Amino acid sequence: MSFKGSDIVSIRDLSREQIDQVMDLAEKMVPYAKGEVHSKALEGCILSNLFFEPSTRTRMSFESAMARLGGKTLEMSHPSMMSVVKGETLTDTVRMVESYSDVIVLRHPHEGAARLAAHFSSKPVINAGDGAGQHPTQTLLDLFTIRREKGHIENVKVALVGDLKYGRTAHSLAEALTLFGAEVTFVAPASLQMPRETVKQMEKLGGKPKLTSKLEEVIREADVLYITRIQKERFPDPSEYLKVAGCYRIDNVLLREAKKDLTIMHPLPRVDEIAPEVDSTPHAKYFEQAFNGVPVRMALLLLVLGGELA
Amino acid sequence: MKEFKVTPIRNGTVIDHIECGMALKVLRIIGVSGTNVQSPISVLMHVPSKKTEFKDVLKVEDRELDPREVDKIALISPRATINIIRDFNVAEKYTVKLPEVVRGIVRCGNPNCITNLKEPVEPEFVVEARNPPTLRCIYCDRILEDTAEHII
Repeated sequence: MSFKGSDIVSIRDLSREQIDQVMDLAEKMVPYAKGEVHSKALEGCILSNLFFEPSTRTRMSFESAMARLGGKTLEMSHPSMMSVVKGETLTDTVRMVESYSDVIVLRHPHEGAARLAAHFSSKPVINAGDGAGQHPTQTLLDLFTIRREKGHIENVKVALVGDLKYGRTAHSLAEALTLFGAEVTFVAPASLQMPRETVKQMEKLGGKPKLTSKLEEVIREADVLYITRIQKERFPDPSEYLKVAGCYRIDNVLLREAKKDLTIMHPLPRVDEIAPEVDSTPHAKYFEQAFNGVPVRMALLLLVLGGELA
Repeated sequence: MKEFKVTPIRNGTVIDHIECGMALKVLRIIGVSGTNVQSPISVLMHVPSKKTEFKDVLKVEDRELDPREVDKIALISPRATINIIRDFNVAEKYTVKLPEVVRGIVRCGNPNCITNLKEPVEPEFVVEARNPPTLRCIYCDRILEDTAEHII
């Protein structure tokens, strides 16, 4: 199926076949993303990066992806310098920016912002995170990382650990993993456990997610340990944050119990969830995961802009 | 039901089978505030019902409802029936039914949803279930809780 002109707002908008199509193309993009091969497939195309919230990896990897394909990126200066502070609506910003570029990448602090932008823009909109809502390109790169590390996603035992309540990546990843037949276990303190709605949605898709608060219970069995940062900024009550901050920490002592080929992933930035000593073990794949953002985003840009590799 | 101490109405609307306790909210939906009423309104609460144990009923004289009002009633009373009375006869009778998508009649309960900012869009929801009504915001993807409190 053709992606040309499509918006990428939520992972739910994509079928399993479409996700496979993105990952297959991303695989071909790897040597381009590393700079080993060069392409001008998107020469003459312009991407607008609209980031109303801070971002390092997502923003830079989109910029890198566009540059690796020969395209250009327009960066919005800090939102405080823009008309937004003069009271401009997101709708007006999007209407203006779409006339300057061929694709819009948007990160915004409010949920639903990308859907709204897609509603008003005739150019494709890619959601790079809307508040505590969706972050579909992160989900795609997470799936891609698991597929690259394990060769497949089906029946892989994935433990999602940490802030599963507020972490936007965790909800859509959990659903997508179920779509691909992975066995998912949620490891979180009760106050940060996966929302009931997501668990129900996974059951509807045929998944049987397990819930626990004890990391020790899953460490022996897990093929992939996906740990997330407990995000202070998402807590309505700071005292709730203090109760749970730092409750899970991966270090080499814990990893003695793990499978030899356990893959550890983290969407980054990490605070102290993973001890630096883990970085030098073969388990640590979070920097590869961050790199994988480039080929996945290259694939998406090629697909929505209808570009072709020479 | 002879025990109702309410006389039949000549022209207007009878809203029957309202969920028990919801009559006053339905009054608010149809814009009856107490100062803007010209014709009689009868409010019956917690009366015996054949379909359910108890129900509320509203009789509003000289007034017919517009479709937006009917959709709003469906949000809080999915089994309600609308009887349009003309010259003491029931001219039309139907059960309220939510459309598949509701637009502009209820706002999103998520304070961080983009539709709660000053953007030029009407809130829009996909109706995932009708009884009880389950609405999912098409923008932020959240299920609306406490629908009655968010009716516009």
